[in-house]
Amino acid sequence: MEMPKPNAETLARKAEIVAKLQEILGPDGVIHVDEELRAYECDALTAYRCPPLAVVLPATTEEVADVLKACADENVPVVPRGAGTSLAGGSLPTADSVILGVSRMNQVLEVDYPNRVVRVQTGMTNLAVTDAVQVEGFFYAPDPSSQLACAIAGTIAMNSGGAHCLKYGVTTNNLMGVTLVTTEGEIVEIGGAHLDAAGYDLLGLICGSEGQLGIVTEATLRILAAPEGARPVLMGFDTAETAGACVADIIKSGVIPVAIEYMDRHVIHASEKHASAGYPLDVEALLIVEVEGSDAEIEEQLTTIKAVAEQHNPMTLRESTSEAESKAIWLGRKSAFGAMGQLGDYICLDGTVPVSTLPEVLRRTTELSDQYGLKVGNVFHAGDGNLHPLIIHDANKPGDLEKAEALGADLLRLCVDVGGCLTGEHGVGVEKRDLMTHQYADADLEAQMDVKDVFDPAWILNPAKVFPLATSQSRRG
Amino acid sequence: MTTLAPKSEAELAEMVADAAGRGAPLEVTGGRTRQGLGRPVQAEATLSTRGISGISLYEPGALTLVVKAGTPVSEVEETLAAEGQMLPFEPMDHRAILRSEGEPTIGGMVACAVSGPRRLKAGACRDSMIGVRLVDGEGTVIKNGGRVMKNVTGYDLVKLMAGSYGTLGVLTEIGFKVLPKPQAEITLKATGLDDAKAVGAMAEALGSPFDVSGAAHIGAGASDAVTQIRIEGLTESVTYRSQELIDLLGADWTAHEGTDSARAWEAIKNVTPLADREGAVWRVSVKPSDGPNLIAALREKIDVDAVVYDWGGGLVWLATPEEGDLGAVELRVQTAALGGHATLIRASAVSRAAVDVFDPEPAPLQRISAGLRAKFDPKGILNPGRMRA
Repeated sequence: MEMPKPNAETLARKAEIVAKLQEILGPDGVIHVDEELRAYECDALTAYRCPPLAVVLPATTEEVADVLKACADENVPVVPRGAGTSLAGGSLPTADSVILGVSRMNQVLEVDYPNRVVRVQTGMTNLAVTDAVQVEGFFYAPDPSSQLACAIAGTIAMNSGGAHCLKYGVTTNNLMGVTLVTTEGEIVEIGGAHLDAAGYDLLGLICGSEGQLGIVTEATLRILAAPEGARPVLMGFDTAETAGACVADIIKSGVIPVAIEYMDRHVIHASEKHASAGYPLDVEALLIVEVEGSDAEIEEQLTTIKAVAEQHNPMTLRESTSEAESKAIWLGRKSAFGAMGQLGDYICLDGTVPVSTLPEVLRRTTELSDQYGLKVGNVFHAGDGNLHPLIIHDANKPGDLEKAEALGADLLRLCVDVGGCLTGEHGVGVEKRDLMTHQYADADLEAQMDVKDVFDPAWILNPAKVFPLATSQSRRG
Repeated sequence: MTTLAPKSEAELAEMVADAAGRGAPLEVTGGRTRQGLGRPVQAEATLSTRGISGISLYEPGALTLVVKAGTPVSEVEETLAAEGQMLPFEPMDHRAILRSEGEPTIGGMVACAVSGPRRLKAGACRDSMIGVRLVDGEGTVIKNGGRVMKNVTGYDLVKLMAGSYGTLGVLTEIGFKVLPKPQAEITLKATGLDDAKAVGAMAEALGSPFDVSGAAHIGAGASDAVTQIRIEGLTESVTYRSQELIDLLGADWTAHEGTDSARAWEAIKNVTPLADREGAVWRVSVKPSDGPNLIAALREKIDVDAVVYDWGGGLVWLATPEEGDLGAVELRVQTAALGGHATLIRASAVSRAAVDVFDPEPAPLQRISAGLRAKFDPKGILNPGRMRA
């Protein structure tokens, strides 16, 4: 992975810069010793590593502002970091950068049930938001697989989704306001507990901007009343194509399930070993379809959905019969990535394709997998066409990682070529940076970089992400 | 004034490039039904997107629709209805409140970020948008997003375009995520509730698991106050949930079905209770529980005519006498204190030029907005003055 050459002058002035940061945050708030910096040399995209110059852990929005001011003065790049769970290298440092971690800002600031919003500091984990409100029967809808660990800051930066966003939308649809610290160190409020912020939709622009436009320290999030109940049904099919066709027909039937998840044979077997969810082992493709409501409402929806499925001759069609069984079914799905890790090292991709192209894309995936001689597991959010091909390889075998990356790039180009996109919910980071020119023409990227110029004229925030280095060269100075 | 009526995106791009070259301001329009929103524009020519019309792609099985900017909203809604689907955000038709004529277009709807009662459940117009094509102020064609529901590839310029009133680019094509039309709907109504009680009841319903898709209150005025709560979905489920809600809220709530229910929401969507009233019309967004307090505080200072609360109380429509500053200062002092914003929706061109139509922005946001405008429309030719003087 090509990264910009670190600024030698900045590296030489490390002691001076650290001292300045310590003046703001005290000795506890700054990590600068080599061994301790190791913990921050990568995120969940572990193939790329580079220890930063220093790590700062501010405890307040004002401290974040002071740090940003200091870094702007010193012309030191700042890499924002939530919990470091990005699969796209969204918080991969450069050697001359300061990582700004929000982990110390992890408090719930306000819970407002009558208005159905919470105000939180963004170092809080995604799942902790739901934990804070479920006592009153509410939940926070976005549910990325990493929800136990990932920080709200990161989910805003990457506009994260999850299995249940088919019904409830992704982060941007559930984010109502932010406190943003600009590169100049100004603190601004955008949106809040009311709907639709005034003026240009800057909230929509900031969500998903991968930490390149400012640092979000607080967020107002929409919470929802939890449904009375939920029930998944398992549908097994003998081919991927049939499963794909069934997904389109379910959606056309007029019932929108909360989730439609897809697993192929590799993933079914690996996950079953892990979760003992009772997944059928003789099928090529499995759908987990979940609906919500009272028992009677669930029955009503499932009657329609099962009738659609029957037309595709499923090998298995089984409703969950208990809370424990439902839990196991979801545990299997949510731990699918981990379970696949038993088969070897893997790269997890994240492209989206139009639902109607699923059968074709799955067929081409198999062809490419054979061509490269690498096993590819498919587990994904089928309802919205968000694919997560897992490319199994052996990182210790010379050349295997490069081969897997080449296959990954081919698969993502395939997503774009059928009318989809490079990333559905993980973000571009460094991982897909160089593929951006495949999806976007020069003018499209220019427009996005123009936005970056407005918010961060010196291009200090989260360097070398999102835009190909050659494309952004002239602006980075 | 000259009207430019391009038939294609390429032709439109040439016209904009030409105008940019001459520094000639353009008034960007679709069906002209929302021309009264925002400040009056001083332009050399009108640029109409009406000729760039038609549905580019519709895949009901993928809930995906891509449509050219000049397409009438009604054409889109009919096409969707034929497949049992709909635009989730229930866009308002501004013709009644603005007393305008013409045919609302998709481009105008997006440029003004128009949503309706279902916004509180299904999200705003911008939440259903998945892709845009636009021509910037120099005549360059730009695309962002695409035709898939989940897409985080690069910055989200799609949302930036929603509600930018044609000041950042001329929209030529927009992609939407659509939803199935509900099989059935029931509206629960109660009459005679005061504003605070109504908002309390709506909060209780919205905080229940019964999936409310509309919650509005028409304040007492010429007639009694009416509070209404909507449930939509599969037939049996709707019946079940409406019964559960009556159990929760009390026996003075009555259930209304079919066209009766639909008509009640058409009125809220288009704010018809205010359409025939005299005076200026304001649209205020606050935290739902603050709605009644805002009105009570305002009434101590200025004349406030009929009030309609939508979105559980958080969207407040009100009329003020068209004199002086139309109540702008008082409104903005009160909304700022609560956290929220006020937009002037209907007033004479003279008033709209004199009073800030949109809330003034704090300095850092003002700088960002001006910066964006300078990047996307460096010559300042697209709808100059429409949002800010």
